[in-house]
Amino acid sequence: MDYVVVLVLQIIYGIANLALIGLGLAIIFGMMRVINLAHGEFLMLGGYAVVVSTNLGVNIWIAMLVLAPLVVGIIGVVVERVLIRFLYGRTVDTLLATWGLSLFLVGIVTAIFGPQTSTTISPPIGAIAVGDYASSGYELFLILLTLALFGAVFAVLRYSRLGLLARGTMQRADMAAALGVSTSRIYMITFGLGSAVAGLAGGVLAPITGVVPTIGATYIAKAFITVITGGTAILAGTATAAGLLGAMNGIVTFLTGPTVGEVALLAAAIVLLRLMPSGITGRFFRKSL
Amino acid sequence: MIKGQTNGGLIAIAVIGLAVMFGAPHVLQLFTIINLTTAIGLALLGLSLGLVWGYGGILCLGQTAFFGLGAYAYAVTAQNFGETTGAVVVAMAVGAAVAAALGYFMFYGRISDVYLGVITLTVTLIIFNLLRRTSGPEYKIGKALLGGFNGTTAPPLQIPWDARMTLFPQQLFYVSMGALLLCYFGCVWLTRCHFGRVCIAIRENETRAELLGYDARLYKLGLFSVGGGVAAIGGVLVANGIGRVTPDLFNLTYAAQAIIWVIVGGRGTLLGPVLGAFGVFWLTSWLGTQSYFNSNMVLGLVLILFVLLLPRGVVPAVTELAARWGRRKVGRRERMRARRRGRRRAIQPAE
Amino acid sequence: MRREVVVQTTDLSMHFGGVVANDRVNFTLHAGELRCLIGPNGAGKSTFFKCLTGQLKPSEGQVLIRDVDTTGYDPHRVSQLGVGIKTQIPNVFDGLTVEENVWLSCRRWHEAGRARAVTAETLERVRLGDIRGRVVGALAHGQRQWVELAMVIAAEPWLVLLDEPAAGMTDEETYFTAELIRDINKTASLIIVEHDMNFIRAIAHKVTVFHRGAILIEDTMDVVSADPVVRDVYLGHKH
Repeated sequence: MDYVVVLVLQIIYGIANLALIGLGLAIIFGMMRVINLAHGEFLMLGGYAVVVSTNLGVNIWIAMLVLAPLVVGIIGVVVERVLIRFLYGRTVDTLLATWGLSLFLVGIVTAIFGPQTSTTISPPIGAIAVGDYASSGYELFLILLTLALFGAVFAVLRYSRLGLLARGTMQRADMAAALGVSTSRIYMITFGLGSAVAGLAGGVLAPITGVVPTIGATYIAKAFITVITGGTAILAGTATAAGLLGAMNGIVTFLTGPTVGEVALLAAAIVLLRLMPSGITGRFFRKSL
Repeated sequence: MIKGQTNGGLIAIAVIGLAVMFGAPHVLQLFTIINLTTAIGLALLGLSLGLVWGYGGILCLGQTAFFGLGAYAYAVTAQNFGETTGAVVVAMAVGAAVAAALGYFMFYGRISDVYLGVITLTVTLIIFNLLRRTSGPEYKIGKALLGGFNGTTAPPLQIPWDARMTLFPQQLFYVSMGALLLCYFGCVWLTRCHFGRVCIAIRENETRAELLGYDARLYKLGLFSVGGGVAAIGGVLVANGIGRVTPDLFNLTYAAQAIIWVIVGGRGTLLGPVLGAFGVFWLTSWLGTQSYFNSNMVLGLVLILFVLLLPRGVVPAVTELAARWGRRKVGRRERMRARRRGRRRAIQPAE
Repeated sequence: MRREVVVQTTDLSMHFGGVVANDRVNFTLHAGELRCLIGPNGAGKSTFFKCLTGQLKPSEGQVLIRDVDTTGYDPHRVSQLGVGIKTQIPNVFDGLTVEENVWLSCRRWHEAGRARAVTAETLERVRLGDIRGRVVGALAHGQRQWVELAMVIAAEPWLVLLDEPAAGMTDEETYFTAELIRDINKTASLIIVEHDMNFIRAIAHKVTVFHRGAILIEDTMDVVSADPVVRDVYLGHKH
C-alpha cells in the first residue's frame, strides 16, 4: 500500500515536472504564437541565478522563488525588445532566431562560468517517510508549487486587466490595436512573464538537476512535446498534455525503465498529433485558457 | 526571382568539384584530408536539409536524426557482417525508412511547419538521450555494443569486391568527394524532374497543387525520405572520418549547425548548404584553436544576424549580384539569348 | 431529352459550430450545363462550392460526381476525377513563371512531350503567350485569374468549378473571360459562383439562387431576376 502511494506520488511528480518545465513556453506560445527555442536556456539561466546568488550568501528560498524569475524575466524583456519584436508574424524566422539565441546563451554562459560547475545545491527539504518507504519532500514541494503557479497564472489571465488585454490581443491582435491597446507592450510583458516562469522553473529544479551551460537541451525536448501536444490554450493544454504524457512516461518507466519511458512519451506525442494536429486543446476545451 | 544554376554553372561546379577531388590529396596534408572527409559528410547533411527545406518547404530542424541513424546503422551492420558495402546500403535504407515513418505521421496529420520543426528536433534530441543511456553490456545489436556516451567503432570502408582491403584515408577522400558530387547532381536532377517540380509547386502553394490533383502529402513524404537517405550517407562518411559513432551525432550542436549551413548558404539552393557546411566547419575548427570566442556564441550570433539581416543567404544574394553585374556588362544580346533559354531554367522560390 | 446527371447533392449540410452555412441543399447539374450560383454575401454559395471541391467536409449529406460518392474526398481526389477547380482567391504558384504554372497542370495528365504541346496551346488560347516567362507573383490581378483559368483548362476537365472567375477584372477583361468560359462549356459542364450580374447575363442560361444556406429558386436568369422574392433578398439592394 505504501509502495503504491510512493509510486503514485512519483507519477504525479512526473506530471508536475512536465507542466512546470512547459508552462513558460506555453504562455509565450499561447499568447504570441512564438515558439521560443531558447526556452531551455532560460531555465538554465534560472538555475545559474540560484547558484550565483546562494554562493553570494542569499537565502536559497529567496534565490529560487524571487531572484531566479526576476533575473530571467528581465532578460526576457530585453530579448523581446532587441530581437523578437522585429520578427512578429514571421513564425519560422522567430524559431530560427531564438535558436541562435539559445546557442549564444550557451556560449556566453560557458565563457563566463566554464563548461562545468563544481557548485551543487542540495534540496532544502529532506526526505519524508511514507510508511516503510521514503519519498522526496522536495518533490512534494514542487508538485504543490506547480499547482500554485497554475493557479496564479489562471488568476492573472482571468481577473487582471493585463490578462484581459492579453487575451484580447491573443485572439485578434489587429482589433486590439484598433481599440488602442498597445500590442507591442502586451507582447513585451507576456514574453517577460513567460521568461520569468521559465526562470522560476529552472531555479527550483536546479537543486535536483544541478547546473551546466548545456542543461537546456535536456529540458526543451520535454517542454516542446508538452506544449505542442497541448495546443494553444495555455493552462488547459499544458495541464492535459502533461497529465497524459507524464502518466504514460511514469507507467512505462515503472514497467520497463527510464529509457523506454522516454521513447513512449515521444511516441505517444507523435501519435496524438497525428490524431489532433492542432493539439489537444485544438480539439477539446477550445474556449479555455 | 532567383535563377537556378544555369547549365554552364553546373558544368563549372562539376569541374571544380572534380579538380578538388583529384587535386586536394596531392596538395594538402594527410591530416587535412581526413578532416575534409568529415566535412564532406557534414556537407551531405547540409545538402539533404537544403533539399527538403529549400525545395519542399519542410522545416526539418532535426535532420540529424537520419544522419545519426545512418551512421549507427552503418557501424552496427559493418561490425556484425564484417562487410561495409552492404552496410552503406543498410544505412541509406534506415535513414530513408525512418524519415518515411516519421513523415507519415507529420504529413498525413497535416501538421503545420513550425510544429513539424519542433517535432523533428525533439525526435533527434530524444534519440540522443536514449543512446547516451545504452552504456551497459545488455545494450547491443548482434555483436555490436552500443557503448552509451562513448559510442561504438565504425569499421572503415572496404573495397566492395574485397572485404580484406580497407580504404586508405586518401582513397576514402576520393570516395567521399565522389559521393558528394553524385548526391549533389542527383539532387539537382531531382529538383528539375516532374517530381521535384511538383514538390516546389507544393512549397509555393499546397492548396493549388492539390486542386491540380497532386497528393501533397505523398510528394512531401517522398522528398523527405530521399532527404533521409542522403543525410544517412553523410552519417556514414562522418563515421568513417572520425572512426566512431557517438550519440553526439544527434546533439543540438549538429542540428543547429545544419540549419545554419542552409540559412547562411541560402534556402532554395543546393550549392549554398554545401558551401555553408564547409565554411562553418572551417570557422569552428579555427575557433577551436583560439580561446577568445566560444564557438556556440559565434554560431548563435551568425544565425541571429543572418535571420535578421540576410534571411535569403549568401549564394542567392551573390548569384543575383553577379547576374545584375553580368546583365549590365553583356547587355542586350545576352538578354535575348537568356529569354530563349528561359524555358529550360530551373524553378526557383520567390523568397 | 434527359441528359446525364454529373453533379448531385443530397441533403448537403454544413455547420460551423452553431452556425449553419448550408442547410440540406439538394442540387443537380446535367451534362453540358453552365450553371451560375448567385446570392447575397453569406448565403452559403462558397461553402457549398467548397463542399463540392473537397476543401470542406460536409457535416451531413452526400455529394455525387458522375455516380462517384465524393463526400469527404480530399481536393486532389476530386481533381483526379477530371474536375477543374478555380478558387475564390487566386490560387497560383506565385514564385513560378506563367508557363511553369500551366505546365504543372498539364503534366499531371500527360507525358512530357504532350504536356509541353498542350501547355503552349493553352497559353495561346488564354492569351498568355507573351508573358509566359513572367513570374506569376508579379502579375496584375486579372492576369493571375487567367493563369488560374489556364491551369484549369490545361487539364482538359469534363467538369469545371469556378469561384468568382471575373472578380476584380475590368470590363474588357470580363468580356474575354466570358468568352473563355463559353469556350470551356463546349467540352465541359460548369458550375460558377459569381456576383457580377452583367457577367452572369453574358454567360448563364440557368441560375441557382442561394439564400440563408439553402436554394431559394432555380430558373433562367430572366425568370429569376423578375422574381419578387429574389429582388427583395438580393437584386433589390444591388441595383
